[in-house]
Amino acid sequence: MATMPANEDFAPWDDPSARALITFRNVTKRFGRFTAIDAIDLAIYEREFFALLGPSGCGKTTLMRMLAGFETPTEGAIELAGRDIVPVPPNRREVNMMFQSYALFPHLSVWDNIAFGLRRSAMGRADIAARVEEMLRLTRLEPFARRKPHQISGGQRQRVALARSLAKAPKLLLLDEPLGALDKKLRQETQFELMDIQEKTGTTFVIVTHDQEEAMTVASRVAVMDHGRIVQVDTPARIYESPNSVYVADFIGDVNIIEGTAGASSDGPNLAVHWAEGQQALTGPARTPLAGGQRCALAIRPEKIAISGDRPGGMHNVVQGKVLDIAYLGNVSTYHVELPTGHVLKAQTANTRRIARRSHTWDDTVWLSWSDTASVVLPV
Amino acid sequence: MRRFGWFNATSLTLGLAFLYLPMVILIVYSFNESKLVTVWAGFSTKWYGELFRNEAFLDAAWVTLKVAVVSSTIATVLGTMAAQVLVRAGRFPGRTLFSGMIYAPLVMPEVITGLSLLLLFIAIGLDRGVFTIILAHTTFSMCYVSVVVSARLATFDRSLEEAALDLGCTPFDAFRSVTLPVIAPAVIAGWLLAFTLSLDDLVIASFAAGPASTTLPIKIWSSIRLGVSPEINALSTILIGVVSAGVISASLISKRAMVLRAREERQAEQG
Repeated sequence: MATMPANEDFAPWDDPSARALITFRNVTKRFGRFTAIDAIDLAIYEREFFALLGPSGCGKTTLMRMLAGFETPTEGAIELAGRDIVPVPPNRREVNMMFQSYALFPHLSVWDNIAFGLRRSAMGRADIAARVEEMLRLTRLEPFARRKPHQISGGQRQRVALARSLAKAPKLLLLDEPLGALDKKLRQETQFELMDIQEKTGTTFVIVTHDQEEAMTVASRVAVMDHGRIVQVDTPARIYESPNSVYVADFIGDVNIIEGTAGASSDGPNLAVHWAEGQQALTGPARTPLAGGQRCALAIRPEKIAISGDRPGGMHNVVQGKVLDIAYLGNVSTYHVELPTGHVLKAQTANTRRIARRSHTWDDTVWLSWSDTASVVLPV
Repeated sequence: MRRFGWFNATSLTLGLAFLYLPMVILIVYSFNESKLVTVWAGFSTKWYGELFRNEAFLDAAWVTLKVAVVSSTIATVLGTMAAQVLVRAGRFPGRTLFSGMIYAPLVMPEVITGLSLLLLFIAIGLDRGVFTIILAHTTFSMCYVSVVVSARLATFDRSLEEAALDLGCTPFDAFRSVTLPVIAPAVIAGWLLAFTLSLDDLVIASFAAGPASTTLPIKIWSSIRLGVSPEINALSTILIGVVSAGVISASLISKRAMVLRAREERQAEQG
């Protein structure tokens, strides 16, 4: 799911000498008694495609609106290229925003919408025309330049909004749920277009989304938010493979969570998790050091669980159960397997064979197994 | 299937007759040949000719037009500003009081409004004339404008203004180049409403007018006391025409804008 940026070495967040383009320093935003943003520290680097991900009401939109200048932090500072931008009004910031509703000016043509911001800068007439044409080419909108926003399709409107916000070549482009209004197929196409345009223009993008798949696809790094706090900031791969909490593991993709208590520290980084009376302990790498006897949860992705008719040998993590349900999704099937303890685990297998030759079916007794490193043990 | 029962038909006829029969009679008799208002003596447009040779009526008409154009323009500017504050400023201390005060003149008896304005003009030593009528009409018609404009602003997508700010507009520039063009139909409808209100106002104008500045409604009212002449019928017919044209175009403009908006929204949903 995660696509690596074209430049594999692009990782300024790992470079201690790199200077951030945007820095949030202990930023808090309260609306009356409601705390929308709770003491956030965050650094976003130049040329990044940064995603703010979370359920609605987690504060991601407020965070973005503070970057645009539509909200002022109650406490803390926001720096853009080393300068505190909190007192700077939106029209003086080198930041542009693409709105969720697109906010195209209905009384202006596509051409005039794109030129709108340029006309309010010191740019000359001829330069404005050249820049607008360039934007039209970039977003493949040349045939629609003279149309009004209500005379073009949703996907075209989305591109006009993008062209308009990119026209002034901002240091930072903010995208508020930019693909929310498009249907799934168009959304996927547009995701790749966005990445392409981001790469071509070299602009730093910050995108707000509640769609984890979208964040994973487009972003160089993802910040997972919950209740005004940032829970984890990492690359899509690390967020998926190595979540730092049950919340993140559960929010991104599908996951089985098995709660238990940590055993005494055992071989290397792996930890035994006692999860049910009379069952063999499960093992997995602990994300953070856990004391023996502490409550914890073992998170294992369905596609990392193998399903077999006979007991596999040489594995620590083996459980037996009965097939409760099979969800056929075409390319993959998800087996819901009920264990004698009452737990239901999801195991996913690729359908490399035709469906009629499926080896396991309803009510079959099967063995589920996964390697020692496939799961992650998280504190609860 | 009879959708129109005799009861409905009778109600409708009686209701319409009650509302419009007086006006129909007035209009019909404005084309009467005879000088007697109650006796029909054949069709003629001579009273319209007489009317346009009557200096007093023409003066009054000119005053009325000046007052209506100027007061409705000022009322539109002030009413739009008030609507902007009401809808946009969010919660501020005294907001309820402010909105109440803007809408109060809608239900305030005209006699009270007129009298209080008269007392004010006397107190500050302002000579009554065209200027005072303009002031008086502006005060009562601006609340109508603000009702019409705030209804439109309430459904206006706020992110359009934010987008304008984001693209480098000052708040005033954003209002001028984005908000105003989008809400223009409502502003024009408000202006037309204020214009027609000013055109046919008698009560407030008679408090605010001086001896040298008579508006048409005042002129008609005072001539009636000397007896009804067909000339007045003709004048009133013209007034009815102007006022209905104003009201009808105001409602057509806002209706058209609504239909257009609905169509755009539908298209937007379909993508």
